Amino acid sequence: MAAVTDEPAIRRGPAPGRLGNSIFKGFSLGSGIVIVVLLGLVAGFLLYRSLPAILASREQLEGVGFMQGRDLLSYVLPLAFGTVLSSAIALIVAVPLSIGIALFISHYAPRRLAQGLGYLVDLLAAIPSVVFGLWGVAFLMPLVGPVFAWLSENMGWFPPFSDYQAPARNLATAGLVLAVMILPIITATIREVFLQTPTLHEEASLALGATRWEMIRQAVLPFGRSGIISAAMLGMGRALGETMAVLLVLSPGFVINFFVLQPGQHQSIAANIASQLPEASGLGVDVLIATGLFLFLLTFFVNLAARAIIARRAEFSGAN
Amino acid sequence: MSAVSTPPRPVRRTRRLPSFVPWAVLAGSVVVGVLLSLLSGELTPTGAILFGAVVYAIAITAISASVEGGRWARDRLATTLVTGAFLIATIPLISLVALVATRGSLRFGWRFLNDDMVGIFGAMTEGGVYHAIIGTVYVTGIAAIVAIPLGILTAVYLVEYAQPGPLKRAITVLVDVMTGIPSIVAGLFAYTVFVIFVGPQYKSALIGGVALALLMTPVVVRSVEEMLRLVPNELREAAYALGVPKWLTIVKVVLRTAIAGITTGIMISIARVIGETAPLLVTVGLVNNVNFDAFDGRIATLPVYVFRQYAQGGVSVDRAWAAALTLIIIVMLLNLVARLVSKFFSPKGVR
Repeated sequence: MAAVTDEPAIRRGPAPGRLGNSIFKGFSLGSGIVIVVLLGLVAGFLLYRSLPAILASREQLEGVGFMQGRDLLSYVLPLAFGTVLSSAIALIVAVPLSIGIALFISHYAPRRLAQGLGYLVDLLAAIPSVVFGLWGVAFLMPLVGPVFAWLSENMGWFPPFSDYQAPARNLATAGLVLAVMILPIITATIREVFLQTPTLHEEASLALGATRWEMIRQAVLPFGRSGIISAAMLGMGRALGETMAVLLVLSPGFVINFFVLQPGQHQSIAANIASQLPEASGLGVDVLIATGLFLFLLTFFVNLAARAIIARRAEFSGAN
Repeated sequence: MSAVSTPPRPVRRTRRLPSFVPWAVLAGSVVVGVLLSLLSGELTPTGAILFGAVVYAIAITAISASVEGGRWARDRLATTLVTGAFLIATIPLISLVALVATRGSLRFGWRFLNDDMVGIFGAMTEGGVYHAIIGTVYVTGIAAIVAIPLGILTAVYLVEYAQPGPLKRAITVLVDVMTGIPSIVAGLFAYTVFVIFVGPQYKSALIGGVALALLMTPVVVRSVEEMLRLVPNELREAAYALGVPKWLTIVKVVLRTAIAGITTGIMISIARVIGETAPLLVTVGLVNNVNFDAFDGRIATLPVYVFRQYAQGGVSVDRAWAAALTLIIIVMLLNLVARLVSKFFSPKGVR
């Protein structure tokens, strides 16, 4: 543009879209802050509602029917134990299986098939938890019943396997359902790490004459170790909070022991809340919310730790 | 690895098994598995497969060890185990879909989808999920109305605006942690908020919607964030060079480019929360009739319907399976459409 006057062809005044810019930026910044505040609110509200239960005297708590005269700590502890034990069973089953599946998809399956197979595993994640619960009762329980009976008969000297009672409404079955439910998230995370193994390491190993398994042990597994750990912890976070599967499968109890093949021994926090809250009132609600707060803190720190491990690896960005 | 000091010996080429051997062993193992299953009592597919798999793993390792040596035997064993792990993982998916399809098809049908539960009692086999579908649409819709704008705007902030610093780090970490919130805790939160501000008697779809929104937001943030990062910087720079303000660049260029991916992510996040049961169980409860008012009164939802009908036992169990089938069909459709959208509407030329 040729300037006709002496004045330079610069637009004076505010830049175009300045108002829109600041409004839009404000909205998106606001949304980010809302998320931070929201998490704080979750903790705050749960704490506020559970204070009466935490401060209540023994006598008051004895008025709560479903606590059967326990104080808050001795009510939460068996629940927390059941929650952690069921998640531990789920992890023991799911992590080795996930490593296998992830290896299969990343290093064994034909390239063309791999993506489709990964999608198949992801589909598992989309299935609603209540349907998993039904499946656990209708498919898994009859399937594992004979196996548990055999274990109990032949390896009953090992305390966790002693005295199996049919039907298999026990913590082991609940743990197995949980294992299936956390399989997708663990597999997806591990698969991402395995796929990021430097190709040069793998090729160097193979060039030295390693078999495929030796290559995996030398190059892939060491590279993926922290990814496996964090994936396991992410899965654990899921398993700790899972409600419906446990609620449908497990016959509840309030004992701290390792008899995972016997019904009526354990209960998880989440399933306990879901089964008691609809009928609870007054202080009973506060007690249940207090257990919920405990569960929230537990999963919060497990997830935080998992993310911290992931974040330590700068090159690994594809998690979840 | 041979030591350097010893003189090199002529390399003996490892003897390898011909490629048909594993298949032959597999066929043999199946036969042995069937026989073992017969011997152990009755012939069951589970038993035959289980025995066959164990026999195959042992046989192929032993054969390979005798012909190829220990290293290759270990490799074959690892291949067997890894493939086995994958095959095991397909069992739940296949059995679950087959189970829900067979048990669910007993009651599933047009009448089932168009009937509610008013006047259904005892051993009556009528009744359906119409009211629960309406409720699920309401609750999920409320969650989506809250979570989608919140999630997209947060993702826009993280990708387009945030400078590296404590706030960005805090939001990123908290969104990550939020994806792991137990659904029952989200339900408790919504329950508590409404008890404190509205009163303990208030029940409505709104409470469930708030709980689901809490679960849905982080999923939306993560997927939109990923999509926005895929938009090439050249597009943004080209827009700036034309004098387009930043916010219009984001709305008309960045979001427009990523719209297919964003749609996919949102649909998958809806599929995630549509099956959430626990938070709805503690917040909205269940009724037998259609409730068209999202802000007042209990409302039925599909997942809670499945759970309650199943817990009732008797003929209700068939309704539970049919409702589960309905739920799975909805979820799978959402997933399928999401994949199709991302396949056909993604801008070409973007990585």
